[in-house]
Amino acid sequence: MLNEELKAAIADLLPEAVLIDGGEWVNVKVDASEWLAFAKQLRLEPALNFNFLFCLTCIDWKTHLTMVYHLSSTQYRHNMVVKVDLDANKPEVESVSSIWRTAEFHEREVYELFGVNFLNHPDLRLLILPDGWEGKNPLRKDFEDPINMIKL
Amino acid sequence: MVEALGSTQEGNLIINVGPQHPATHGVLHLVITLNGETIVHVEPHLGYIHRSIEKMCESLTYRQFIYVTSRMDYLSSHINNHACALTVEKGMQIEVPARAQVIRILMDELTRIASHELWWGAMAMDLGAFTPFFHAFRERESINDIMEETCGARLTMNYIVPGGVMQDIHPNFQNRVKAFLKMYKSKIHEYDEMVTGNIIFQNRMKNIGVLSAEDAISYGCTGPTARGSGVSSDIRKIYPYEIYNQLDFDEVLEHGGDSFSRYMVRIREMQESIKIIEQLIDHIPEGDFQAKTKAVLKLPKGEFYTRVETARGELGVYIVSEGGTTPYRIKFRSPGFSNLSVLNHIARGSKLGDLVAMMGTLDLVIPDIDR
Amino acid sequence: MIEEKTKSIAFPGQVHELPGGGVMLSKLDDVINWARSNSLWPLTFATSCCGIEYMSVAGAKYDFSRFGFEVARATPRQADVIIIAGTIVNKMAPVLKRLYDQMADPKYVIAMGACAISGGPFFYNTYSVVKGADHIIPVDVYVAGCPPRPEALIHALLSLQHKIKSGLTREQIRTTPIEQITH
Repeated sequence: MLNEELKAAIADLLPEAVLIDGGEWVNVKVDASEWLAFAKQLRLEPALNFNFLFCLTCIDWKTHLTMVYHLSSTQYRHNMVVKVDLDANKPEVESVSSIWRTAEFHEREVYELFGVNFLNHPDLRLLILPDGWEGKNPLRKDFEDPINMIKL
Repeated sequence: MVEALGSTQEGNLIINVGPQHPATHGVLHLVITLNGETIVHVEPHLGYIHRSIEKMCESLTYRQFIYVTSRMDYLSSHINNHACALTVEKGMQIEVPARAQVIRILMDELTRIASHELWWGAMAMDLGAFTPFFHAFRERESINDIMEETCGARLTMNYIVPGGVMQDIHPNFQNRVKAFLKMYKSKIHEYDEMVTGNIIFQNRMKNIGVLSAEDAISYGCTGPTARGSGVSSDIRKIYPYEIYNQLDFDEVLEHGGDSFSRYMVRIREMQESIKIIEQLIDHIPEGDFQAKTKAVLKLPKGEFYTRVETARGELGVYIVSEGGTTPYRIKFRSPGFSNLSVLNHIARGSKLGDLVAMMGTLDLVIPDIDR
Repeated sequence: MIEEKTKSIAFPGQVHELPGGGVMLSKLDDVINWARSNSLWPLTFATSCCGIEYMSVAGAKYDFSRFGFEVARATPRQADVIIIAGTIVNKMAPVLKRLYDQMADPKYVIAMGACAISGGPFFYNTYSVVKGADHIIPVDVYVAGCPPRPEALIHALLSLQHKIKSGLTREQIRTTPIEQITH
């Protein structure tokens, strides 16, 4: 489906979603409380069939965090990006690992690097960082570590 | 924690494989719960080579961060550099000259052959045969010599830069590549005789580690891991970049889903790469090897995503830029990360001796996963 | 220079021809050092990119089994030399220390590549890299390069062999420059 048709279909599905212009793919901003229901619709709607979550990451904008989900469909070959804004002090969002199994590992990585709490995740613990690094969230912009990090 | 490890009821044994282990292709720590010889649960522990590349790239400029991406998936180092260069070019709207595009594709395909050779040699060594390792390295040394003459390095070459390639190819390049292809095509039958047609290898790989197509898509598998289950996922065909849409090659698909299908996908991919090189080696266009760019690169405000097909699967580079000389956030979507997550799913119920064959056909490079 | 010295000490001993055979005279220390240096078994320890150059040295073009290194053991209990090929990070450091402690004396350590010498390209702005393997275990030979060429690794292995043959202790191996070794 082309971008214009996608934008129309998504506006039908979820009228509260905000469409952002610019970029090569359809960019949608969704509220954290509506994300899980919207994700299920994107996956199950036969005309859209977004069955491939190929990138899940987070950006720290200092005042708030933004979760970024890149979705694609192996049937129709269209792509879209979903962004969810989170509060920097208590970042929480529903886990989508029940819809796309690849999210299990990706969400664990975002949990340890940014501190986002994923509700209903089957197994949320450290993946890449050593023991004892819970709560340190090294990829946040205010991370300071004078012992390990030598700044240029 | 207890549920994650599989049930620790009577009769279950928990063993550790790695991180220092000859068969794990890097530093991977697997915690395996066994009931006798049958695997109940496999859990990978990562992070033994986590070099904080994403944080480090936030303080490197757009010309500097290319060198560190060579070292992520070091067996397809040209293709990693290519992905980063394409993202920067997309952001700055740089037009790459035709000569540079053809040189980049030639280097990519040579790297793909070298990576599959090392995979083949290392996998045969894991299954117990030492001789294919030496045959694989004989081929790899020829490719390394070709690369060294043009790029200056054997393994981590920072040759593909935003705008084109760093230097023009050596005058000997075309002759050496043609000589290599002639030698290679006469030796391919050795691979079939030694390993592919060998009844022991076939019995060790057929019906082991079966992965269905829906599971491959749901777990995010790409590359030969997904193509062995029939999922069409070759980025060179679906979202072509450079001039791949003008070349004549097939996407290799097998529908068995077991380890032998993934093995055959890679063997046939090596032959497809030979076809691509043959189409291009005599027709390198004249012209510049690098576009004229400013000395200091600055990406405009926004976000850019590029995907390429490495030897392992889809590598995605996602750059969020605030208009400065360094990226604000950079994320590498590595193929091994998703390919590894499927290991528990396919290994449950098999014997411990089959785990090595499964890991071999998933073709993991651990620094690619840990970044 | 190393080549001349290694040729001159092929086998430490004097051969005296006698009717019906011969007699070889030598010092026990020399024979033990000669045997020890010619059969150093490395531990298969490769964390990242330098591991591929290490595997190239094991391949058929640059062959290190002609120097006695062919038998690469997977268990540290049977290994003599540990070639640290790759970056050491904070999570891997206790594992490296445990492997080193499990090796039996006499044991030697070669730090291969820029990452093992000093953290290499990952020195600035990383929170998880150990800036040099000699923060964890004592190192005898440093090989520079990123990754070092196979010839450089063979040079390092030969220098280590030469120093062992001349009978130095481990502390002396680290402090004596190779030009000062006279025999």
